[in-house]
Amino acid sequence: MTSIRKPTATRSLAAALACLGLGAAGSYAAHAQETPASAAPPASVKAVERGDALYGRPEGGAAAKLAPVAGPPLATPVAKLPLDKLKVPEGFHVEVYASGLANAREMTQAPDGTLFVGTRTVGKVYAVLPQAGQDGKREVKTIATGLHRPNGVAFHDGALYVAELSKIWRYDDIANHLDGAAKPVLVYDDLPKDEAHGWKFIAIGPDNKLYVPIGAPGNILVPPDTHAQIRRMDLDGKNAEVIARGVRNTVGFDWNPKTKQLWFTDNGRDWVSEDIPNDELNVITEPGKQHFGYPFCHQGTFTDPEYGWGHSCSEFTAPAALLGAHTASLGLRFYTGTQFPDAYRDAIFVARHGSWNRTTKLGGDVVMAKPGSDGRVAAVEPFLTGFLQDNKYVGRPVDVLVAKDGSLLVSDDYNGAIYRVSYGK
Amino acid sequence: MGGIQRAIRGPATALGTLVAGAALAAPDAAMQERLAPCIGCHGNGTSETEGVPSLGGQLPDYVVTQLFQFREKQREAPPMNDVAAGFSDDDLRAYADAVATLPPPSRSGTPADPALADRAQALVAKHQCTSCHGSDLAGRDAIPRIRAQREEYLAKALAGYKSNARPGYDPAMNEVAQGLSEADIKDLAAYVSRL
Repeated sequence: MTSIRKPTATRSLAAALACLGLGAAGSYAAHAQETPASAAPPASVKAVERGDALYGRPEGGAAAKLAPVAGPPLATPVAKLPLDKLKVPEGFHVEVYASGLANAREMTQAPDGTLFVGTRTVGKVYAVLPQAGQDGKREVKTIATGLHRPNGVAFHDGALYVAELSKIWRYDDIANHLDGAAKPVLVYDDLPKDEAHGWKFIAIGPDNKLYVPIGAPGNILVPPDTHAQIRRMDLDGKNAEVIARGVRNTVGFDWNPKTKQLWFTDNGRDWVSEDIPNDELNVITEPGKQHFGYPFCHQGTFTDPEYGWGHSCSEFTAPAALLGAHTASLGLRFYTGTQFPDAYRDAIFVARHGSWNRTTKLGGDVVMAKPGSDGRVAAVEPFLTGFLQDNKYVGRPVDVLVAKDGSLLVSDDYNGAIYRVSYGK
Repeated sequence: MGGIQRAIRGPATALGTLVAGAALAAPDAAMQERLAPCIGCHGNGTSETEGVPSLGGQLPDYVVTQLFQFREKQREAPPMNDVAAGFSDDDLRAYADAVATLPPPSRSGTPADPALADRAQALVAKHQCTSCHGSDLAGRDAIPRIRAQREEYLAKALAGYKSNARPGYDPAMNEVAQGLSEADIKDLAAYVSRL
């Protein structure tokens, strides 16, 4: 655990509860009344009842105005994309790479530059051809339709792996099957069917194994043994094993190019407070042995108001960095290119989709976690901003990807677009 | 429903030309023309046809999402899948904007009796319906208005979410509905339709 920096508590739970404006004692009492006293039973019925994203919401006027809202099913026309609002550091340039990909989510790129993009709400997987046409636009092909929340995509050895909510498929020789007629091979389906946190980010590691997360089936509950974890398996779906537990919902991970350790984002629970918990940036240093805290400990610093009793955060692996309260930190990649200045080498880019569980929205940007000389995270800084305007989203970043040319691609599911951030030129 | 012609169900009707007798909320002739086949089945804001929802008072973000789901066959609801099959994205937006001009449905029938109201209000609180649908259940953004919707339509929608026969655009309702019993669904539909 030497490479993990233990985050400092920004504020105590009592102080955070006081932020609700209700007073800590009153606030907790109200919460306790609406949640059953028994903490343990992982019976499936119980878990399903708690599958509601709003479970755990306190009574109260301001809280009643907060709810997750999915983005539109139609892509924004290119002329109406919020490009003029987007900001990048000096020397960088942001442009529209592709548009017309409604609900664009996870991205993966083939060696020939073809970009594959999954979706969460429209059932489609897209391929963006690498060469722009004479009109400057890249052709977008729909290579699959009618899938159930095909959020996850991973290209490997000529094949495209696609993760639906409860099935993972492999499309062989995908480069020659971009017309949408390809028949996939089932790789793995020993997965729960819960809708809550059921959509998946997937990736194939340097160990040539497929990594698959399974989120908690609700906001806050004691998850069944099959949930709130990351699994890895052989590329044919065999020999699956759990490599991390206590993971509420990760929708982004990548491997440190130097240590080969897996770093992942994890979305914190809702409804404790406007200001806590933070989403987490975590590192797996001992596969199969670490528990990252959910539902007992959040952000490495405080125990859950309901499930934390009898536990201490010292029982669990603390995050390497905190990513902001309710920011919905999703896609994550190490910068392995050479186009950006040296300071960006091996930095971690994180797409923060943006909060819904806060009155004043937070996130809606791409941040950079800078590694210090000791390998720890030295600072988390803004990189691509401007999606949040006057407490409203004009776009919502989902995933980041270091393109073959060293530029950074960013998907936006609200507008159905891909942006490209480049340096120089 | 004043002078609105009583709708006849079926795809031919939905696609056909219909006479809308009452004054429309739509501001121009093009929108009236676009709305005519919709009104044929759905009524001028208030549906009088069993199984066919009232569309009045729905916001364009919700309507465009449903039309999209019909076109993509994510939501099976004949004849709407055939109706929407040939629509372009611009068509979806135009129809959604037009439908959003229809006046909110008016409640018909007797109000909920006190025992039903008590049971249903407890369910509304427990499942936090107002958090997304608004304090008066009139909807917002892409979340539908459900107050004064047709009772049998509400019951069917909730049952569809519970069985996952109707996968929501966002899975929120599929999650919520898992905790509803058949009796809960009956009570909620009866109560909300009478608001």
